[in-house]
Amino acid sequence: MTDLEKHRVRQLIDGELSWDELRNEVLPDPKDPDRFAKTREVLQERVDWEDPILVPLNDHLYVVGTDGGRVIRAECGEDLCDADENWKRSCRIRVREDEDELEEVYPEYMHVAPDWAFELREWFCPGCYELVDVDAVPVGYPVVRPFEPDVDTFYEEWQGRPAPDRAEEAAD
Amino acid sequence: MSEQQDSPELYDPGTTTRERRFDHAEPPIGWDGQTLQEMLDESERLMEETGRYRGLDELKLKNRDRFTYERLYSRLRGALVSARETALHVSASPIVREIGELCFQIYTPEGDSIAVSTGIIVHVHTGSLAIKYMIEEDYEHDRGIQPGDVFCNNDNDLGNVHTTDVHTFVPIFYEGELVAWADGVTHEIDIGGMTPGHDQVASTNRHEDGLYATCEKIGEDDKLYQDWRDRGQRGTRTPMYWDLDEKCRLAGCHMIREAVHEMIDDVGVNRFKQFVYEAVEEGRRTMESRVQERLFPGTYRDASFFPIAWKDKAWQPGSKKDMMNHLPVEVTVDGDGGLELDMEGASPPGPHAFNCAEGSMEGGMWVALTQCLLHDGKVNDGSYFAVDTNYPEGSVTNPQDPELSYHTPWATIMPTYQAVWKSLSRGFFSRGFREEVVTGYSETTDAVQGGGKLLPELAEAIPDAVGDYYPVGPFELSCQGLGASAVRDGLDHGYAMWNPESDLGDVEEWEQTQWGLIQLARTVKPNTAGHGKYRGGSGWEGVYTVQGSEDVSLYNLCIPDVTFTTSGMSGGYPGATKYSVRAHDTDFAERTANGEPYPVGDDRPDEGTFEEHIEADELIRDHSGMFYPEEFENDDLLHYKMGGGPGFGDPLSRSVDQLKEDVEGDIFTPDIVESVYGVVGDYDTEAREFTVDEEATEARREEMIEERKEQSQSFEEFFDEERERVEERDWNEGVQWMYEGVFELSEDWAEEFRGFWNLDAAFTP
Repeated sequence: MTDLEKHRVRQLIDGELSWDELRNEVLPDPKDPDRFAKTREVLQERVDWEDPILVPLNDHLYVVGTDGGRVIRAECGEDLCDADENWKRSCRIRVREDEDELEEVYPEYMHVAPDWAFELREWFCPGCYELVDVDAVPVGYPVVRPFEPDVDTFYEEWQGRPAPDRAEEAAD
Repeated sequence: MSEQQDSPELYDPGTTTRERRFDHAEPPIGWDGQTLQEMLDESERLMEETGRYRGLDELKLKNRDRFTYERLYSRLRGALVSARETALHVSASPIVREIGELCFQIYTPEGDSIAVSTGIIVHVHTGSLAIKYMIEEDYEHDRGIQPGDVFCNNDNDLGNVHTTDVHTFVPIFYEGELVAWADGVTHEIDIGGMTPGHDQVASTNRHEDGLYATCEKIGEDDKLYQDWRDRGQRGTRTPMYWDLDEKCRLAGCHMIREAVHEMIDDVGVNRFKQFVYEAVEEGRRTMESRVQERLFPGTYRDASFFPIAWKDKAWQPGSKKDMMNHLPVEVTVDGDGGLELDMEGASPPGPHAFNCAEGSMEGGMWVALTQCLLHDGKVNDGSYFAVDTNYPEGSVTNPQDPELSYHTPWATIMPTYQAVWKSLSRGFFSRGFREEVVTGYSETTDAVQGGGKLLPELAEAIPDAVGDYYPVGPFELSCQGLGASAVRDGLDHGYAMWNPESDLGDVEEWEQTQWGLIQLARTVKPNTAGHGKYRGGSGWEGVYTVQGSEDVSLYNLCIPDVTFTTSGMSGGYPGATKYSVRAHDTDFAERTANGEPYPVGDDRPDEGTFEEHIEADELIRDHSGMFYPEEFENDDLLHYKMGGGPGFGDPLSRSVDQLKEDVEGDIFTPDIVESVYGVVGDYDTEAREFTVDEEATEARREEMIEERKEQSQSFEEFFDEERERVEERDWNEGVQWMYEGVFELSEDWAEEFRGFWNLDAAFTP
């Protein structure tokens, strides 16, 4: 069974482990059962706010518990929306569709053909303008919310304890 | 060993097929006096009522005698792997012998997979469907299922992936009871059909697909029927490969049968029966526990797209249009560890070769899950029972229509499972298992296919009984770029989604099969990898020429083609799309005679690198890499390329040191590194050294953040503009085909679309 110490989890998050280290220490099954807790601890230590991280959604976004309810918060501290909303509606967006826009990213012939109505939608954090997602979709495609986590089921049924924000409520 | 009366001396050198006489098994042939239909009905009832395979609430054999249980599984799996490794040497096709495009499976009497060999494990469940079809059509009493019988299926609608995957089934009897089924499948290099090739693009209906066997009895007493063998010999372009592949499958199935007999002789038939049921139930349980261990409960959504630009390319009038397949994915992980995949909103099928039967989609599910969630479990139909799927009936993912072409359903499967894998990866990420994240892959395409004939003088010189026809179907496509994970870059040019043991084979081996197609070059192709903090694995490119041949016809299947099929994750971009360059009537012969350079790649398509070293009367440079079969003459050239995987994370977070390596390794060119990553430097191509200007890089990266601020818009602005385009149907024919088809097929999806854009209830595309 893999059993990563906290400093190794930190290195994993930072992409500092070599392929040999990943293969021997991190990839094998079964996995360390407390990886989630350790990861959450490491991430929590890195942010400038006290509100508990409930779920890491991607490299920059988290579901966070606050006094005003659960929100989607960026690592930079920007609150995007309530946790049950599509955070992409709160992002800044740049669409690449024309040849000159696409050719800033791909060489000629290696992107969408000119007569196809297909977009690259770049979603930026409204706080720090980190690129948080890229969608490749036809024109007119609805903006899909990639992940709706069931936070309480996870903590209560799978981890056997209330979510950290609910635990605080219970303690109050 | 009860079924065999005579010894193997009856081996017939004339046919190289063993003939034996077997005892007749009087129906019912199922266990304990049941018919196979009764066994299947009971199995389905118990699954429905209890949620457990055969209703097993305890794995008694496993719990009481774990050593025997695990030893039986290892023996069974070992027998399957051994059958595969041995039998592939019977084949002459490099697809089977060199690449290992074959697989052996063993099923319960009612058709549930117990274990699978290595290889194209996509077939773990496809044989199950064919067996269940034979049971439900009452082959037991009508056609007959007897010891020594041999059955064949490649009818996709009844349990297969694509037409050129051909299955051989052998029922395994013990003392008059059917105890299991052995199934061997090989990927044929040719199956007849309207054009050469193993993944045809020109087929548009069943009648153009080629030779079909529909759960057909093809032999008895271990011997193939003469008429069946004649059909294969006359029905394919490559009769020798067909014949030896068939013998390979049959030999493997017989090895498995012997291994099962030995196991039963050792442990008794009752223990064997108990073991196989428990093994399937264990597979189901492993899957459920793995979901709880690795994923996060909730709902995941994504979508892939597959464009088919046939408007100016198809031969058939009904196919002369641009189309796009919509492949939406909703994955739900529930509180009990259940996993559900719903593809509501998938496109309808079409007049193309890319329709996909439900069983093929399920096969794709297994290939994906065994690579991302079940690396070490008992891979069998237990995991199939643990996943609920909805491939909507009447859609391209489950057409239920045998009239369609199913020659190349991989064009539906591969994009779909990018979306599935990304969805599961979001779960891995949330749980802290960042090393398990995979953003996707480049689909395994852009290997040339077709065939030709050697000029008579060359055909005579070749010391082989292959005749003058040669098939073209190299498996270079099995080395694509894998997507990035959340902790490192993707694997460069080494991944095929359908076979975890991907291998492109040796050039020399392929040149001994496709005699007239000579490989001129292979090289890493820059700018194929998807951008990101962690980039996708890189693709590569190559050049072929035709020599010493006549009647050569070549074509390309190409994904991603005129649009991306997927995106990256967390700010990563999709890998580049593919395209096509080919040169007809060239000066290649003069160039080689004079020692002048010829094309070895196309590293700068914008500058036309390929054309720099060739004169051609007709040079085709097409944004779309897909093309129908096209005639090639000697000295014509064909460029091809393998793609890169998607990236993960914001490219501006990628380290400068990694980008220096990327430039020096031909992964990216300096201009792209500057425009995407903001890294400024000078590249000394001779010394292959990229010197980064750190100050300029820092300034450029800051400037790019400012550009993001200036060039981006609010969601509301985007929404208003895009909605207006929706109202005006401001898209091309292919996208129109997609929206129109989905609206007709799925009212749910149409409502969701209208709801998102605040459109009138009467809106249709």
